[in-house]
Amino acid sequence: MTLKKSIPLFLVVAFMGALATTAHAHRAWIQPGATVHSAEDAWVTFDAAISNDIFYTDYHAMRGNFQVIAPGGETVDVQNLHTGRFRTTFDLNLTATGTYRIANASNGLRARWEENGERRGYPGRGQAYTPEGYAQAVPENAANLEVTQFSRRIETFVTAGAPTKETLKPSGEGIELLAITHPNDLFAGEAAQFQILIDGEPAVGASVTVIPDAMRYRNAQDAIELTTDAQGKVTIDWPRAGMYYFNASYRDEQAKAPATVRTGDYTAVFEVLPL
Amino acid sequence: MNTVRKLAAVCILLFVTMGTHATEMTITLDIPRLQVAEYHRPYVAVWIARENHQVVRDLAVWYDLELRNNEGEKWLKDMRQWWRRSGRSQTMPIDGVTGATRAPGTHQLTFVSGEPPLGDLAEGDYVLWVEAAREVGGRELLSIPFTWPASGDYADSGSEELGNIRLVINAD
Repeated sequence: MTLKKSIPLFLVVAFMGALATTAHAHRAWIQPGATVHSAEDAWVTFDAAISNDIFYTDYHAMRGNFQVIAPGGETVDVQNLHTGRFRTTFDLNLTATGTYRIANASNGLRARWEENGERRGYPGRGQAYTPEGYAQAVPENAANLEVTQFSRRIETFVTAGAPTKETLKPSGEGIELLAITHPNDLFAGEAAQFQILIDGEPAVGASVTVIPDAMRYRNAQDAIELTTDAQGKVTIDWPRAGMYYFNASYRDEQAKAPATVRTGDYTAVFEVLPL
Repeated sequence: MNTVRKLAAVCILLFVTMGTHATEMTITLDIPRLQVAEYHRPYVAVWIARENHQVVRDLAVWYDLELRNNEGEKWLKDMRQWWRRSGRSQTMPIDGVTGATRAPGTHQLTFVSGEPPLGDLAEGDYVLWVEAAREVGGRELLSIPFTWPASGDYADSGSEELGNIRLVINAD
């Protein structure tokens, strides 16, 4: 206990941040039980987890706020939320027809520097970035100062009845996916096109990784590696039907001051049906 | 002059009568009897689409109407192709199209041009689609291209969830 108390909180945060970017690809995802629904009052269950294998709950449950946008654009609550050791589960009642967007997202600024040979960070865990807080916490001539404007979004989509587009509209903040092909109208043998946006502009040259499910039962990752084109677009030829992990990661130097680096990490789970 | 007019009128009348002469479409489909521990009658959808998959008519959709709170609708999506092309943008039930599931055996469906649900189908090339999906069972999709309103006799057959399908068009 004494040892635990003596470790500054920001170091714990920094360590957790480092965990997320280690060579062991810990992948965070929200997977729906099913994406296409025909019942009038359908219920869907979701698993939210951070794992190595797609889609096996082999590492940590996902925490945080799960935001759901209903087909009409309003926010609705998830139900039966439970966090276990390996996964968080929740249900969603599809009372309206159309497409729902379920996301766990955060945007912000993060500063790292060194002081007397020690790693320091701002904001601390649970703290929000404010210009005043930044001015107070970060010394004027901080050594090795790196300020990052980050955005991360982990999401998925489910549809009752016919797919709709209201919930697919980007907000213009952080990293986002603009679905040119509807995310709940994906079929093996038909190519899908998506555009990655950063703060509402095309994310050119973003690295995209697409991995099919059932990873435990094969030897290779079978990852499809792509790069977004000059319009921030990628085209995916689904090799087969199944659930897919889709990740886009982006980095540039067009950050909002005082940040110098802008990063975005986007993940979605898509279901591809057989024709 | 009068005679010519009369003749023209008769000709037009004759032509119109011929044009509206009912064309009959008879679809015979077999639902196979399966030796399985848990058998549920399949959901079946029968529809006509253009060659580009655009649905022009739903002819029949059989699903479980007996369940409480319309719970039978939950599995309509298992007829994946029909759900995508037509079902998902409709409100169930569809008048004159939806009905209860049917037992294994041969079923004959007759549709007459000018009458719902077939109505007036424009001249052209179409595809008749038949899709079946069974709870704790499989799914099968068959298609028969045909030309309307020419008389014709077409057939296809399934291997799992559907047996023989026959489409007869009688233009007379």
